[in-house]
Amino acid sequence: MLPAPSSEVNVVLGGEAGHGLQTVGLVLARAAVAGGLHVMVVNEFMSRIRGGSNSTCLRISPQPVRAFSDRVDCCVLFDRDALDRLSGRCTAATLLVGDPEVFGQRPDIQPLPLRELGVRAGGALLANSVVCGFLVRLLGWEMTPLAAALHRTFGEGDILAQNLEAARSGWEAGAADHGRFALPTRPAPTGQRLLLDGSQSVALGALAGGCTFVSSYPMSPATGVLIHLAKQAEAHGLVVEQAEDEISAVNMGLGAWYAGAQALVTTSGGGFDLMAEGMSLCGAIESPLVVHLAQRPGPGTGLPTRTEQGDLEIARYAGHGEFPRAILAPGSPEEAFACTAHAFAMADASQSPVIVLTDQYLLDSLCDLDPLPLPAAPPTARIVATAPDYRRYAPGPDGISPRGIPGHGAGLVCADSDEHDEEGRITEEFEVRTAMVDKRLAKYRPLREELALPPRLHGPADYRRLLIAWGSTGPAIVEALARVPLERTALLHCVQVYPLPASLDQYLRGAERIIVIENNATGQFARLLRGETGCVIADQWLKYNGLPFSVEDIAALLRKEEQR
Amino acid sequence: MSAHSWIRRGCDVAWCPGCGNHGILKLVGETLAELALDPQRTVLVSGIGQAAKLPQYCNAHYFNGLHGRALPPATAIKASNPGLTVIAESGDGDMYGEGGNHFLHCIRRNPDLTNIVHNNMVYGLTKGQASPTSQRGFVTPLQVGGVILEPFNPLAVAIALGASFVARVYVGQAEHARTVLRAAIRHHGYALVDVLQPCVTFNKHNTYPWFAAHTAPLPEDHDPTDRIQAFARACEEEPLRLGIFYRQEKPVFEEQLAAYAGDRRPLYERRVDLAKLAETMDAMG
Repeated sequence: MLPAPSSEVNVVLGGEAGHGLQTVGLVLARAAVAGGLHVMVVNEFMSRIRGGSNSTCLRISPQPVRAFSDRVDCCVLFDRDALDRLSGRCTAATLLVGDPEVFGQRPDIQPLPLRELGVRAGGALLANSVVCGFLVRLLGWEMTPLAAALHRTFGEGDILAQNLEAARSGWEAGAADHGRFALPTRPAPTGQRLLLDGSQSVALGALAGGCTFVSSYPMSPATGVLIHLAKQAEAHGLVVEQAEDEISAVNMGLGAWYAGAQALVTTSGGGFDLMAEGMSLCGAIESPLVVHLAQRPGPGTGLPTRTEQGDLEIARYAGHGEFPRAILAPGSPEEAFACTAHAFAMADASQSPVIVLTDQYLLDSLCDLDPLPLPAAPPTARIVATAPDYRRYAPGPDGISPRGIPGHGAGLVCADSDEHDEEGRITEEFEVRTAMVDKRLAKYRPLREELALPPRLHGPADYRRLLIAWGSTGPAIVEALARVPLERTALLHCVQVYPLPASLDQYLRGAERIIVIENNATGQFARLLRGETGCVIADQWLKYNGLPFSVEDIAALLRKEEQR
Repeated sequence: MSAHSWIRRGCDVAWCPGCGNHGILKLVGETLAELALDPQRTVLVSGIGQAAKLPQYCNAHYFNGLHGRALPPATAIKASNPGLTVIAESGDGDMYGEGGNHFLHCIRRNPDLTNIVHNNMVYGLTKGQASPTSQRGFVTPLQVGGVILEPFNPLAVAIALGASFVARVYVGQAEHARTVLRAAIRHHGYALVDVLQPCVTFNKHNTYPWFAAHTAPLPEDHDPTDRIQAFARACEEEPLRLGIFYRQEKPVFEEQLAAYAGDRRPLYERRVDLAKLAETMDAMG
């Protein structure tokens, strides 16, 4: 008889770069989806191509899982370093699994002859599928969902056959532990279920938003979006160019918008620093622009492959002079998709830069989700055919002038980074200067109102205590609140972090005790909230070691808050 | 010749009387007229500086961006709408100093655009400091003991990088300059035209008489398809040779982009194919 079913199972795979941990994670995630379950895969890795010690964490559950958990039920050690690195996360209840060729006979490590079984199936690399088969057995599953996942991953042919054989040998090696972490499979969902990470979701959102041009310089963790879009260049007819530097990338993006394309640039903090002048140019020429800013811990090179929410302020302030912009911070793959698509509409409508602010944790984490909702009709940029007397900076409602492009109409389109008159010609007239500043800043109103993405309240509407979070921290807090339900406590998750949406005020007014939770050291969003609204922030919960908040981190903070 | 008046009349021109820029403006206006280009399909892209103000005085589309940054938007404009004629122009400090990295990589990309560089060997708008092309020993308010850096040789660099069209002209020889500029705009691919010009206010050394005395046409037997010969002539300092040093046909950036493999439309005419996007999503997930 199987042990009682678990509510969820957390598996951690530890090994060096090059072992293929992420592929194991993907195959197991596909098997989980094929088995009618939900899954989240969180990858953490060191900044190197080979070696080091990386890990892939899988949370599998009958319930949707959207947050990182510290719990480890089973830990598969691909090498010795993994044990040193992961032992701190394991408890007495954790099953450690390792190859006896590496660890010898140890009472604390369940032996699984990975290399030997892999070689027997056709090569050492097949050890990855041995692990998959073994783990599936621990979950009490038949081979069927795993076979489907391997089929999806390797297609048809010899490679599939070898992987199936390796998986089967792992499954058989797990016979004694069949169902040790029983998590019964369920009928697969009727509709299609996708497995996407944040990078893929941003890339798909860009396509759905009408993106036709991408210019970027590679930088972790922003490169994934660039690669996903590069693969779509021909199918979706978009120009993708690796620029010589980020300065070029952003200036190309602006040139592309000027000529009628809808451009995205994707970068991380250090690259975005180089784009500051381009941001300012964007403000001056009133160009739309979408920037994907993928955060990683700074300053300097910092921790290139880790996560942090440390770049809100640079996103807010980058670029000299005063001009409007918007910053959207998605908390899930669905929001990453929706925010990126919306960023194009928002940038086009307001003729301003819009930054999609993500982080390594969101981008590199994978989860199952329904197909993302596509718009009913393709989005259309608000481009006008110019008349002979066209003036690029003519007054318009909320400071927004009709946007013409060269080669479409009968007028001339003159964009100028110098202060300019309505026609776009250099001027030093003080009255014109004042009028142009006012015109540009008038665009803040629609960015706060009809173009804004409102915050989302999770919890009772009659809250007294209000937790406020933004971006990728949201799901861990939602789950922790379900575990530790504090009285009259709600979470306000902000997707648009700048300018603060007009609808935010009403939520702040109802709160007696505001706690802001951020994955940074100084509370950048708290500072913004305080500065813009004058609200009183009672406490800040901050984490900045390079890792995301786990559900357990937040639950512990909630318990402490309960004791107050 | 087209009837379009490329040069705007009656605008407040910010250049000093006698500045070489006046001649370059005239040169550009006359060449565009001779080529009978469609003003609706011609875009001037410039950076910042006195040279970069040229588009302000033209009846054409323009993108007057940042110092040193004319080539990236120019490349993107051409790549977004290959039907446009794109001319990127600015000064020597802008193109060879602040924008040096873009200069190198634009040549490598080889977009079909013309790059006009006003080369007066001095910074004008910031009042007289050395430029990348200033000669050794040139004394300025900042280089008080004279320039000690090797001057940047844009032609030699461009030829070394395999640029598809490399030329130098002198604004004082208008007829020759027009012929070369016309060929550059007609050229299919990246075309560099380095235009020597005096700065009458801040460069008292490289004056009209100086340029007249220190420039000479390329020898009649110069073979612009011979890269080694072109490089050798580009390295000559006395006299500075004028003419088309090097030209070759090579693949053009925007024509190699996957975006145009099965679709010639400019990007602004395209809409996302939602059915195809649904397929992409399925394949990714």
